[in-house]
Amino acid sequence: MMDYPLFVPRARCLSRARCRVGVVVACAVALVATSGGAIRVAAADWHATIAGAQQKSVKIHGAGGFRGLEAYQSGILISAEGHVLTLWSYVLDTEDVSVTLDDGRKFTAKLLGADPKLEIALLKIDAADLSHFELTEAAAASIGQRVLALSNVFGIATGEEAVSVQHGHVAAATSLAAHRGVFESTYRGPVYILDAMTNNPGSAGGALVALDGRLIGLLGKELRDSAHNVWLNYAMPVSAIEETVRQMLAGRFKPSTADEPATAVANSWSLEALGVVLVPDLVPRTPPFIDTLRRGSPAEQAGLLPDDLVLYINNRLVPSAQALRAELSQIDQGDELRLTVMRHSELIEVTLRVGAAPSQGGQP
Amino acid sequence: MTVRPARQSSFTCVSRRGLPLAALAVAWLASPAMAQEQPLDRAVPATVAEAERARIEVMQKASPAVIAILNADGGGGGSGVIISADGYALTNFHVSSGAGLSMKCGLPDGTLSDAVIVGIDPTGDVALIKLLSRAEYPAAVMGDSDSVQVGDWAFAMGNPFLLATDFTPTTTYGIISGIHRYQYPSGTILEYADCLQTDASINPGNSGGPLFNARGELIGINGRGSFEKRGRVNVGVAYAISINQIKNFLGHLKSGRVVDHATLGARLSTNLDGRVIVVDVLEDSDAYRRGLRYGDEVVSFAGRPIASVNAFKNVLGIFPQGWRVPLVYRRGDATERILVRLEGVHRTGELWEKVASTLADPEAKPAAEPGEHQHEEDKPAEETPPDEAAPADRPANEAPDDAKPEENQPQGEKPADAQPDENKPEGADPADKNPPGEKPSRARPLPGRPRLQRMGRPKPPMAAIARQHYEGRVGYANYWFNRQHQERLRKALVASGDFTPLRGLWTLKGDLAPHGDAEFKLDDKQTQAVLPGGPLRLLATDDFTSLLDPVDSGGLLVALHLWRQMLVSGFESFDEVHYLGTAPLDGHKGLFDVLVATHRGVECHFYFDSEDGRLAALEMYADDAADPCELYFGELVEVAGRLCPSRIEARYAGEVYGVFKFSHIELLGP
Repeated sequence: MMDYPLFVPRARCLSRARCRVGVVVACAVALVATSGGAIRVAAADWHATIAGAQQKSVKIHGAGGFRGLEAYQSGILISAEGHVLTLWSYVLDTEDVSVTLDDGRKFTAKLLGADPKLEIALLKIDAADLSHFELTEAAAASIGQRVLALSNVFGIATGEEAVSVQHGHVAAATSLAAHRGVFESTYRGPVYILDAMTNNPGSAGGALVALDGRLIGLLGKELRDSAHNVWLNYAMPVSAIEETVRQMLAGRFKPSTADEPATAVANSWSLEALGVVLVPDLVPRTPPFIDTLRRGSPAEQAGLLPDDLVLYINNRLVPSAQALRAELSQIDQGDELRLTVMRHSELIEVTLRVGAAPSQGGQP
Repeated sequence: MTVRPARQSSFTCVSRRGLPLAALAVAWLASPAMAQEQPLDRAVPATVAEAERARIEVMQKASPAVIAILNADGGGGGSGVIISADGYALTNFHVSSGAGLSMKCGLPDGTLSDAVIVGIDPTGDVALIKLLSRAEYPAAVMGDSDSVQVGDWAFAMGNPFLLATDFTPTTTYGIISGIHRYQYPSGTILEYADCLQTDASINPGNSGGPLFNARGELIGINGRGSFEKRGRVNVGVAYAISINQIKNFLGHLKSGRVVDHATLGARLSTNLDGRVIVVDVLEDSDAYRRGLRYGDEVVSFAGRPIASVNAFKNVLGIFPQGWRVPLVYRRGDATERILVRLEGVHRTGELWEKVASTLADPEAKPAAEPGEHQHEEDKPAEETPPDEAAPADRPANEAPDDAKPEENQPQGEKPADAQPDENKPEGADPADKNPPGEKPSRARPLPGRPRLQRMGRPKPPMAAIARQHYEGRVGYANYWFNRQHQERLRKALVASGDFTPLRGLWTLKGDLAPHGDAEFKLDDKQTQAVLPGGPLRLLATDDFTSLLDPVDSGGLLVALHLWRQMLVSGFESFDEVHYLGTAPLDGHKGLFDVLVATHRGVECHFYFDSEDGRLAALEMYADDAADPCELYFGELVEVAGRLCPSRIEARYAGEVYGVFKFSHIELLGP
């Protein structure tokens, strides 16, 4: 228990004092709540909960595979028809994303939608009658509550092997915004901080569940506090992402693709017009990173920099260099052009207008 | 008069500023130590208090068998667990290899015991040692790791970071996160197959220590963690070698040998439809001789269904070289069950050579004992007087980042060891495991000690008692134990019926079902048979490797000759004997002691009943790459005051050659 007060304040909460008191109270509550949790769910249910949740967990394989960038992560089924919720990451930066179910069946997944701000993505596989989590039945966790984390941590499980299960407690409910500048994350929303080592390579997109099997949240990425070399274990509550997932299911977060039927726009935007050179487009879904900017170009004047990753054009997700080109070709130079880029872990929005000096927007 | 403890008064004056202190007080109140001193708070339900009490009891019961393993000079170390009252203890090979031939073991009661190496399984990362300082030790109860389920509570005990100077083990609690996990070799010869995955904290120093289930039964030996970018500390993912695998190897480990793992001699691949198919099979493998061919679908192996290459490798990894394991395969509509003898992963002597440096005798005197203790690796030891043996350069592994993982791997200094898995016929099927180009996540062995380069450093001399229980020999970790088992079997064999006075003619008459009459006449000089096919004769001076009469028996006459020789002339009459360990015998329950005896170019494996010491079967190998002639002895009758088999079943190449039932047995003296 002594490690707790040492651990969390280092994560630099907004209010140091409040955070410390809060965590220590959480600590004390945890003791009581833990004991309570143990008797509410008998051992047999615990095994059944795990088996049930494992069936709703999937292994995702995609891009990566070189040093420090594992080509796998985790995901959860949220519909009987094969909707898979996972984290938005480089793993999905390929046409060839595969989803392996608990029974070993392997599918090629289609990206239905993604929200890089929330860092979540929705995939779809062509299957039916799948055991899945109901987002509408998700549970909110109380501090100190005992939880189970299921994920394909370290890619240990392959084929029909069941994903790994870890146990722990919700140590705190806070906001990742508190950690700005320490943990590199674009997600700034509410999180559950866990007292278990859940966030490892491959864990992202895994399930955090209550002992009764209800979904509590989605396991986040690996986040390291660069100042103190502390790794954060957290999950995003379902409540923080539920609405966006609903919109994704409704098709509103549909990513732009290059193969949509194009309507000719006479005087459209282009990379040349913007003055942007992207990194070489070598793979089917090269992320649209800016390589260089032409001096004096609209893009440079707008404040864009090399290494910025273009995420949205006019709020439409552009997951690849190809999609970016296609999207630009649909926008008349007379219309407003809003670009949302990721610089390190910051989201930055710039607006380019004809005849007006480009203005740099603030943090969304 | 009652004095309220200070912690209670602080609890009563809760203010905002006082909260942290109050919370600590609560934490303290809930700790096990306090639970014993005073009644728990009424708010804690009785069931919870009871569960906690039961848990503490289990841990207290498990704790005495947990040991800290230190190098003989007191530096470095890992953990271990005693598994029998006579002092046998398990640890990791990567812990024992650091210590060498002898080590000091710290017991939870604060005492130190000297221990000696017994046997090692470098591939499985297991070492068996024996504690020698006492007549009796507290031992852990072995559980059944195959009955472990994901979600079961488990706790690890050991000496992480070498924290406990009084050897009281550190306990970490968690759940079983995964079962039947396969972990690829990590740049070394060691490979964790069919292991248990736990989220109980496993840290450097936990290596070799026990993983217990909620009943306090030993279910695994902790040895590996998924250490990558976060330094060598717990990341919530650790692996334990399953105790059921170790049970299979235990008899072999007790033999004092360097024990090898097994291969099938066939390569498998998972098809797109999820079937596991033979894509290559070596023609000189037992699997090939038993009929396994390219394209066959493997259905089950050792009774376990096979749905992936990983599942197959998991099963393969739990068996030692030489065991016979049932395999079911499907070809077209036909399903066949065969019994396959597993071959060694390494060539004879190869494995021992790889680990010989860890088995170097610090005081070997080549001139005094030629041929046995002589290893080149001994040289550093001879250059340094024992009294200059350096103390540990670090007390513990408390700075995980400062050591590169490779430095903590026992075979890191031998890059040649990195390839054996690629050479194995059962290479991983990348399509099954990971997309192309991706390396699977590899768990790393926990460092048992801070610096394995120290393996090359001089080791302190063995304690006198360890020296008394050690004998070096090429191919062995400690031949002294092999000798003890030979002696044990020799005594048990004589005790089960002393045939040594009956050196004369043996006549066995009866019937060879279903072919007709059969008669054998055996004496020291020759073995004669009158079988339905005609008379046959083998002289004791004949070439045993080529006269394998009768046809399709694999050498029945040679086998019978050596059977009688074992009974009347004993171990000494063979060119060489050694104790192999224990192995299953088809059609019998349990494991049998196996003695290997070579004579005139053939190798005989004698199977002794481990209960009564009787000879139950023998296998006679005239050729390494051919099937043996197998004799199974049964239906004992009393002849000349001794129990003699009246039924001998002869098998060859997976078929029953014949069942001899003797109605007349005469065993004469000289």
